[in-house]
Amino acid sequence: MTDTAVQPAASGKPGFFTTQTMQKAVAFVVLVALLAFFSAFASNFATGANMVGIMQATAVNGVLGVAVTFVIISGGIDLSVGTMMTLTAVMAGIILTNLGMPLPIGILGAIASGAFMGAISGAVIAKLKIPPFIATLGMMQIARGLALVFSGAKPIYFNDTPNYGLLSPESSISKLIPGVEIPNGVMIMFIVAIIASIVLNRTIIGRMIFALGSNEEAARLSGINVDRWKILTYAICGGICGIAGLIVSSRLNSAQPALGLGYELDAIAAAVIGGTSLAGGRGTVIGTIIGAFIMSVLTNGLRVMGVLEEWKIVVTGVIIIVAVFIDIVLRKKA
Amino acid sequence: MTDEPSAVPLVEMRGVEKSFPGVRALQGVRFDLRSGEVHALMGENGAGKSTLMKILTGVYQPDGGEIRIDGQPVTLPTPHAAQALGISIIHQELFLMNHLTAAQNIFIGREPRKGLGIFVDEAKLKRDAAAIFKRMKVDIDPGAEVGHMTVARQQLVEIAKALSYNARVLVMDEPTSALNETEVEHLFAVIEDLKANGVGVVYITHKMDEVKRIADRVTVMRDGQYIDTLPAAQTAMSTIIQLMVGRELADQHRATGTGTAEEVLRVEGLNRGAMIRNVSFALNRGEILGFAGLMGAGRTEVARAIFGADPLDSGTIHIHGREQKIATPADAVANGIAYLSEDRKHFGLVTGMSVRDNVTMASWRRFLSSGLFMQDDALGKVAEEYVRKLKVKTPHIHQETRLLSGGNQQKVVIAKWLLRDCDILIFDEPTRGIDVGAKAEIYRLLEDLAAQGKAIIVISSELPEVLRLSHRIAVMCEGRITGELDGRMASQEDIMTLATQRSSAAA
Ligand SMILES: Nc1ncnc2c1ncn2[C@@H]1O[C@H](COP(=O)(O)OP(=O)(O)OP(=O)(O)O)[C@@H](O)[C@H]1O
Ligand SMILES: [Mg+2]
Repeated sequence: MTDTAVQPAASGKPGFFTTQTMQKAVAFVVLVALLAFFSAFASNFATGANMVGIMQATAVNGVLGVAVTFVIISGGIDLSVGTMMTLTAVMAGIILTNLGMPLPIGILGAIASGAFMGAISGAVIAKLKIPPFIATLGMMQIARGLALVFSGAKPIYFNDTPNYGLLSPESSISKLIPGVEIPNGVMIMFIVAIIASIVLNRTIIGRMIFALGSNEEAARLSGINVDRWKILTYAICGGICGIAGLIVSSRLNSAQPALGLGYELDAIAAAVIGGTSLAGGRGTVIGTIIGAFIMSVLTNGLRVMGVLEEWKIVVTGVIIIVAVFIDIVLRKKA
Repeated sequence: MTDEPSAVPLVEMRGVEKSFPGVRALQGVRFDLRSGEVHALMGENGAGKSTLMKILTGVYQPDGGEIRIDGQPVTLPTPHAAQALGISIIHQELFLMNHLTAAQNIFIGREPRKGLGIFVDEAKLKRDAAAIFKRMKVDIDPGAEVGHMTVARQQLVEIAKALSYNARVLVMDEPTSALNETEVEHLFAVIEDLKANGVGVVYITHKMDEVKRIADRVTVMRDGQYIDTLPAAQTAMSTIIQLMVGRELADQHRATGTGTAEEVLRVEGLNRGAMIRNVSFALNRGEILGFAGLMGAGRTEVARAIFGADPLDSGTIHIHGREQKIATPADAVANGIAYLSEDRKHFGLVTGMSVRDNVTMASWRRFLSSGLFMQDDALGKVAEEYVRKLKVKTPHIHQETRLLSGGNQQKVVIAKWLLRDCDILIFDEPTRGIDVGAKAEIYRLLEDLAAQGKAIIVISSELPEVLRLSHRIAVMCEGRITGELDGRMASQEDIMTLATQRSSAAA
C-alpha cells in the first residue's frame, strides 16, 4: 500500500453530531416544544406548584427508566422493574417500621434486596439461558407475590420514621436556595442519572454492557466473562429499582404492596423515547431522563387542559411510535 | 483502455463521486461493463470497490456522476429499482434470513402463490429453487434452513437468489472468500454459463489467480480513484499488483524458519461428535503450525474447542506442560490463548462499537484506573498505534467498525488479538478479504511474532497461504488429522492427498 492510502487516525474526539447526540437533541427539542405549547394554551400549566407536581411524577419513572436502560443497552429487557420497586419499598417498610431499625439500614436494605433479586434474574438468564423477556416476566410475578406476602397484603406506613419524607416530597435544596422548590426525590433522580451516566460511559462496567448489547458472541470470544457481567447488569438494575422504591414509598409515606404493575412499561417507554434501542448496544441515561420528562409533561399538560384521562394514554402510545420512527430515520441518515 | 469498436456497453458509469463523513470514498470514478464479459474490479482494502458497486445496485446514492444502462441515463434510487433493470448483487457480507429455508430465502417477497393468491405454493417454491441449484450444479436441499448451513453454502444460496432475478448484470463482491475449490469450480462454471447467455458479471476479488482464470478485463482502483482498465489475459499479475498498491511487492513464497523445541501447547485425544475425532498434536514456541484441509474438515471446530468456545466430549489440553481445564473462552485467554474467528461479522467484530473499543476490548482490564474507570486516553493511544501498524483505513479511531470496508474490519480484529499479547495465537482464515499488499504485511507480522517466541496456528483454505507461512503443516480430513508435513518441503499435492484421505482409505 502507498502511504497516501492510509489516513492517519485523527486524534480528535468523535463528531458531536452522532446519531446518539442527535437523538437526545431531538428528544430535548420535543420536550421544550411541549413545555412551550402547554404554557401557551393551558393557563394553569406554568405555575410553580404544577411544575413541582410534574417533577414529582417524573422522579419514579425516571429512576426506573435509568434502571431498565442498563439492561436494554446490554441487549436484554427487564419487565420486573415495577413490582421490584414495590418489593423493595415493602422491604424498607419491614426494616424501618416492623423491625424499627434506623433509616440508613432501611435504605441499604431496599437497595440490596433489589440488587439481590436483580442478580437472580441475571443468573437465570445467563446460566439457565432463559430469554430475558420470560425470566423477568417470571420475576415480575415473583416480586409482586413476595411484596404481598411480606406485607400481609396491607400497606406499611412510615409514621415511626419521621425523616422518611426526606427521601422524596421534602425539598432540602429550597432551604439552601429559597424559591427552588425541587423535591428531594427529583434531586435523587438527577444524582442517580449522573452516577449512572458515569458508570455507563467511563467505567469498564459500561463498556462491557455496550459490548454485550452489540455482539454478545464476539464479546464472549474475546475472552470476556459474559455471564458475570450480565448478572451484574441485572443486579445494578435491581439496585436502582430499590432507589425508586424508596422514592415512591416516601412520597406516599407508605409501602403499597398492590402498586407496581404497569410501571415497567412506562420505564421502558421513557428509555425508548430517549433513544435507547431495544435491539441493544445503543442508549443514554440523559435520553431516558428526557424521555421520562416528556411523558410526565404530556400527561400533566393534557390533564391541565382538561383532556380525558383515556386520551392521555392514547397520546403516550403515539409518542412512543413517533420517537422510535425518528430514531430509525436518524440512523438511516448516518 | 482497450476499446474494441463494440456496441453501447451494458453499463457505463462516469465521474461517480461519493463521500461519507470523513471519507472521500469515490472521486470521479468510471467503469463500464459489456454484456457477456466478466469484468474484475480490484484494489486495496478501502479503495472503494464495494461502494462503487453499491451505487450501481441502488444501495447507495452517488453524490455526482452518471450511470447509463444500454446507453440510457438512469437513476437507481433503491435496490429494487436496480433489480427491475436486471442488476443484482451478491454482497461481501451475506444478508440471508437464518430461520428460513434456502428456497424461501431465494424467493423472499416473490413467492409463488396458490389458492386465490393467499397461500404460498411451497411445492413450486422448492421446485424452482431446486432448478436453480441444478443449473449451478450444486447439491443443496431447497428445504434446508439457511442458518444451519456453512458460510460456503449460504453464499451459494445468495448466488442462486441473484440468478433467480434473471439478472443481466450480476455483481459479485468477493464471492469465493468462503468457498472451497470444488465450490469455486462450480461457481466458475456458472459464471461461464452466464457469460454465454450475455450476462455481464462484475467480479470483485483479491485473488489474482481467479482474475486470470475468469476475467476478460480488469479495472484497478486506488484511494477512491479510477486507475486503469486492462485486458486480463495479456496483463501480468505483477503489473496489476503494482497498479493496485502503487509499488512493487516483494514477498517470498515459502516459510524458511522453524520453531524451537520448547513445547507450548499439546492436545491429546480431542473428540467432539463427528467433527473432531481423536485429534492430537503439539505446538512449539516460535513455531507456525498450518492447518490445512477442505472446508468442513474440522479445523475450525478443533480451534474453537481448544479455545473453550464449544464443549469437548473428551481429550486433554496441556499448556506449558501442564494440563488445563478450558471451559470458556475466558479460561483460554487467561491461559494465554487467542482465537481469531473465521467469521468476523458474527464472532469477531462488534460492528456497532468504535475502532478503538474493538481493538482494545480483549484487553480492557489492562486499562483501568481504580479498577473501575476506563483510561480512554490510553485506549486511544494504543488503538492509534495499531491502526498505524496495520494500516487500517479509517477517518479516526472513533468510527463505528460497521462503516469500514471488509478488509479493514479484518485488520481491526487482528489488532484486537495482537494487543492482547497471548502466547498462543490461533488465527482462522486471518487474511480473508485482505488485499495482496496487506496480506504480505500480515505474513511478515506473523513471522515476526513467531520470531519473538509466540506459538502460532494458522488455519487457511488457501494452500499458497499455508505453504507460505507454515513451518509445519497438519492436514485434516473428516475430523481427523490425516498427516503432518514439513512446511518447507511439502507440495500442494502432498496436502491434497492427505486432505482427501477419507477414513475408509486411512490405515
Ligand atoms: N457507510 C459508510 N460510512 C462511512 N464510510 C464508509 C461507508 N461505506 C464505506 N466507507 C468507507 O469508504 C471507503 C471505501 O470502502 P469500500 O467498502 O468501498 O472499500 P473496498 O474497496 O470494498 O474494500 P475491501 O477490499 O476492504 O472490501 C473505506 O474507507 C470505507 O471505510
Ligand atoms: Mg469491499
